[in-house]
Amino acid sequence: MAELQLKSVEKMYGNGFKAVHGIDLDVKDGEFMVLVGPSGCAKSTTLRMIAGLETISGGEIRIGDRIINDLTPGKRGIAMVFQNYALYPHMKVRKNLSFGLKLKRKPKDEIEASTGEVSGILEIDELLDRLPKQLSGGQAQRVAVGRALIKSPEVFLFDEPLSNLDAKLRASMRVRITDLHKRLRDEGRPATVIYVTHDQVEAMTMGDRICVMKDGHIMQVADPVTLYEKPANAFVAGFIGMPEMNLADAELTMDGTPKLTLAGQTISAPADLSARLNAAPGPVTLGIRPQHMTIETDGAADAFSGVIHNIEFMGHEVNVHVTIGDAAFIAVVPTEKFDLKLQRGDRVGLRPTGVQMHIFDRASGENVSLAE
Amino acid sequence: MTAMPQISADTLANMEKQRRRARISSTFRYSLLIIVGLIMVYPLVWMFGASFKTNAEIFSSPSFWPKEPTVQGYIDGWKTSTPYTFAKFFMNSMMIIIPKMIGTAISCTLVAYGFARFDFPFKKIIFSTVIATLLLPNVVTRIPQYLLFRDIGWLDSFLPLWVPSALAGDAFFVFMLIQFLRAIPRDMEEAARVDGANTLQTLIYIVVPMLTPALISVCLFQFMWTMNDFLGPLIYLSSVENYPISLALKLSIDTTEAFAWNQILAMSCLALAPSLIVFFMAQKYFIEGISTGGVKG
Repeated sequence: MAELQLKSVEKMYGNGFKAVHGIDLDVKDGEFMVLVGPSGCAKSTTLRMIAGLETISGGEIRIGDRIINDLTPGKRGIAMVFQNYALYPHMKVRKNLSFGLKLKRKPKDEIEASTGEVSGILEIDELLDRLPKQLSGGQAQRVAVGRALIKSPEVFLFDEPLSNLDAKLRASMRVRITDLHKRLRDEGRPATVIYVTHDQVEAMTMGDRICVMKDGHIMQVADPVTLYEKPANAFVAGFIGMPEMNLADAELTMDGTPKLTLAGQTISAPADLSARLNAAPGPVTLGIRPQHMTIETDGAADAFSGVIHNIEFMGHEVNVHVTIGDAAFIAVVPTEKFDLKLQRGDRVGLRPTGVQMHIFDRASGENVSLAE
Repeated sequence: MTAMPQISADTLANMEKQRRRARISSTFRYSLLIIVGLIMVYPLVWMFGASFKTNAEIFSSPSFWPKEPTVQGYIDGWKTSTPYTFAKFFMNSMMIIIPKMIGTAISCTLVAYGFARFDFPFKKIIFSTVIATLLLPNVVTRIPQYLLFRDIGWLDSFLPLWVPSALAGDAFFVFMLIQFLRAIPRDMEEAARVDGANTLQTLIYIVVPMLTPALISVCLFQFMWTMNDFLGPLIYLSSVENYPISLALKLSIDTTEAFAWNQILAMSCLALAPSLIVFFMAQKYFIEGISTGGVKG
């Protein structure tokens, strides 16, 4: 049992700054949970509190049925992989891997067997007699993962482990880590993982569930699909997705059917949206993903009229930047559906398809278009 | 094919002029540096040459090259005018230096680690006090220290020379280590804590190895300063059998009526040797930074 529970966990610094505002989070046994958010959202602080590297100002952290608030990091049953690897520079890879076991006074042959097994899994056998400075970034990171793996911890903690690697290596390490997680699960020793990142691609591709954080609050915890399709608030909506969701101030009116007014233009809300709308008329924030808009001729029905101010040709698709009044929108359209004769300065109609179109309460940011 | 742009004769002449000027300027610069360097190193060179001269020749010529080289100065100087040979004084010096160096390294590491990595009540005030003692002239504490050690009964032993250093009495070294520690990222120590190391294990297995270059510098400084220390041994040591080299050199000036300068110079040359040897042996560790490898891949 290695369920991890955070109950009203708080972090207050000596200068009175409150970094974490009583967060609750349940991570199931064997689950891969990603903490994601912009820098300064306290995701790393939360991880370090779980690790025991930061004290907890309030609340409770449990692993299984043990409260670990006051245990030293070594006694929590966790292992951590650091952003800059934090390998011991003066020890060879072999000693780096076995250091934790040696401190636990494990018998020599057991340490050797574990080192052999872990280096086999991570393909670092050939590096065992090298010093950390003789390793490339990817190799160093694998050793760092190995150092965590060898302890067979109840919970793995990853603190932005891939952000020092180049893009190509990052992609392969991403797969390697998720494969490792699956492999452990298949072998009947599932590992609970908490993975901190600021990269939404990592979050979306790796996590069983994702916890989006902002300013020390949890904004939403959900699986990647739910997070993308049903963001609980404007922050999550804007954070997840590439290019990010178009968010613009609009006016919602109920004139028989719901209507949306943006920059003086009023269109009827698409049927898909109207069905799940649960909002009172008034000022709202309109959210439309770039992929869910079509470019029409200017003046088309139920389309906002705007001016193209930039066109980015990406190959298979085109990013069209359109300004509607003060609001800047991006529409992503497949190349074959885009009229390549269109130019900067041309007037076009921008029609939301209604799919995954969201209405957020302007004051609270809550999504008010999630009714079933 | 594009044609090379034409360079006018004027530009060429100008370039040549600039090149010549740079050559003259660097010749002048290096000559000046060499001359000043020679002036500074000359006394040392002279001392080495003069140690092979006879006593009479030392005052007859300012040249450093001995006309009739002899090692008599070394032979007589080694014997000394006391019942002991110079070997005894070398031994005494080492007896003072080695425990002092070890004590300094251990105590200063502990104190620096505490200041650099932990928060405790009154840390700021205590740290300021430590740094303030850096500014205190050594001489000021001599008398109270002397009285203290006299009352404890440590006079004419090596204890007054060892103990203050073994209790991290050298604020300079504490400061130096703290500065070095501040530059080392904490990740490795945190990784060790996650691996289950306690504070002392983290210090011994992780921090000290990373601190090695700084510790070597500390030991090196302590070695040279103690080797050259004259006042400390002069105050606390009274019997000749405890004298280190610095006092022994002075001894040969005191006891002989006609100063045997060649002997003094010969022994001075020998006295320089340990510091020089230790320095050249440890030199590369000064430069080698050990912590870089683990941080950035």
